[in-house]
Amino acid sequence: MATKASRSAARLMMAPAVILLLGWMLVPLIMTLWFSFRVYLPLRGGDQGWAGFDNYIRFVTSSAFWPSVQTTLIIVLGVLAITVIFGILLALLLDQPMWGQGVVRILVIAPFFVMPTVSALVWKNMFMDPVNGLFAHLWRFFGAEPVSWLSDASLPAIVMIVSWQWLPFATLILLTAVQSLDSEQLEAAEMDGAPIVKRFWFIVLPHLSRAITIVILIQTIFLLAIFAEIFVTTGGAFGTRTLSYLIFQRVLESQNVGLGSAGGVYAIILANIVAIFLMRIVGKNLD
Amino acid sequence: MGQIQLKQVTKSFGDVQVIPPLDLTIEDGEFTVFVGPSGCGKSTLLRLIAGLEDITTGHIEIDGKDATDLVPAKRGLAMVFQSYALYPHMSVRKNIAFPLRMAKMDPAEIDRRVNAAAEVLNLADYIDRRPGQLSGGQRQRVAIGRAIVREPSAFLFDEPLSNLDAALRVGMRMEISELHKKLATTMIYVTHDQVEAMTMADKIVVLQAGVIEQVGSPLELYRAPRNTFVAGFIGSPKMNLITGDEAAKHNATTIGIRPEHIDVVESGGAWTGTVGVAEHLGSDTFFHIHNTGLAEMLTVRAIGDVSLRHGDTIHLNPRTEEMHRFDADGLRIA
Repeated sequence: MATKASRSAARLMMAPAVILLLGWMLVPLIMTLWFSFRVYLPLRGGDQGWAGFDNYIRFVTSSAFWPSVQTTLIIVLGVLAITVIFGILLALLLDQPMWGQGVVRILVIAPFFVMPTVSALVWKNMFMDPVNGLFAHLWRFFGAEPVSWLSDASLPAIVMIVSWQWLPFATLILLTAVQSLDSEQLEAAEMDGAPIVKRFWFIVLPHLSRAITIVILIQTIFLLAIFAEIFVTTGGAFGTRTLSYLIFQRVLESQNVGLGSAGGVYAIILANIVAIFLMRIVGKNLD
Repeated sequence: MGQIQLKQVTKSFGDVQVIPPLDLTIEDGEFTVFVGPSGCGKSTLLRLIAGLEDITTGHIEIDGKDATDLVPAKRGLAMVFQSYALYPHMSVRKNIAFPLRMAKMDPAEIDRRVNAAAEVLNLADYIDRRPGQLSGGQRQRVAIGRAIVREPSAFLFDEPLSNLDAALRVGMRMEISELHKKLATTMIYVTHDQVEAMTMADKIVVLQAGVIEQVGSPLELYRAPRNTFVAGFIGSPKMNLITGDEAAKHNATTIGIRPEHIDVVESGGAWTGTVGVAEHLGSDTFFHIHNTGLAEMLTVRAIGDVSLRHGDTIHLNPRTEEMHRFDADGLRIA
């Protein structure tokens, strides 16, 4: 890619894609910024002029703000912990030679292909329904009182649903990492007298550290924005209102576009802080 | 101490028997080399001794004690792998200390042993670096260091020099030989390179398809190969193996004559041929000769720079007293 001509040709040819992507991102971003400084109530008089920083102040001082941040954190951290720990265990298990390996691997990945809305509905109606759900039947089989998951244990229920969706992703990435480990290293450690648990701790886990960071990075970005799972299960009730759900409610349920946009700007800032933080960790891990 | 005995050891992978029943004794302090073409089972044999593979039938004894069912760590053996198998996320010091840490040794003693190993192998300069920052030769030293700190009863080397360049290989070969002299510990060394086998070994075990073809000192194998396989495998360039009428003259199915045992003469001589490729190394010249009337092409080694070129006619005289004779089964006729 050396000559001047080829470089300018490359720029020209990439321009449409770059312009399209920039437009796609910049237009909504600028509109969000614009609305966040306006008093904009579509059903109560429309755009009513400048609001200054009122929307920003109102959004963080509302009683719903801090609980929603807390809910977001609980869901993100809970899902991360479950997917990483079980992802590592599943990856190690799937790495073992076994009969029907190909089919099993495809089945493990399958949940990732199910749309979030669909999987949340399946969980809600098939598993977690307090009367007819499979869990309810199981509980009754053992003589226990069925749990009404989505109202009494709403956060754990949502963490469970989202983990089920993201576990295949974590497993897949970690499985490829496990398979890239040089088997001679494990044999060397075996000869060096490391029993299986220590081989895992001193050889396998450090080898996986990079893959784990990548899983955490990618999942965090997506998990901060989960919406469908909450919308179709609890609708934000029972303490499951995350930051993104709060923004949705401000804009569409309260019909206050200005206030919602201010929340959106907070969410953008938060996501970027997380992204920069994680990029640094990944950068340190990649040599 | 480090005597290793294999008794009727076999190994099968599924239905395929890669090692038919095999007996072998490796004496304490001996430098034994397993040599053979790739796929001959030499690495498998080493892994059986190490305990990384389970033997199918038979027994392994280490220092007279049955070690057949012992886990690798309990056999008191240390192994140096072809890929070195260093732990990439640990510094050189931690790599070397790893087996001692696993043995829950006292930290002061670990330090003492690691420093002693670093001294022996000259790796003090890069003891705090990670394996990724080292050259091939340095990694090799670290791998050996990790093996010697355990003070094992025997060292196992699995083609340790095959990832190094030619010059470094010669150097490391000497270092490993010197290490053996210094430690006087049993060493088992697997290679496909017969030069490594000849230069380092006290005892060479030549393997083909899992079967031991011959066991002996380098010069025994050179002077009296038991069959045509060993004859062709040991020595460089390869021994000329001649069949047909020429062999029948000596009452054999095959006769073998090493390139260095054929003299180039001005005229006359037993064989006359045309020079094909001539390799001038300065100290020696190797001629590949066609049209001798023999069934096989001949290789001849002449001392010094002999000024014969491609296409020249060459007169040759084999030293009949150095000739090896083999019967129809390829076995040596005494």
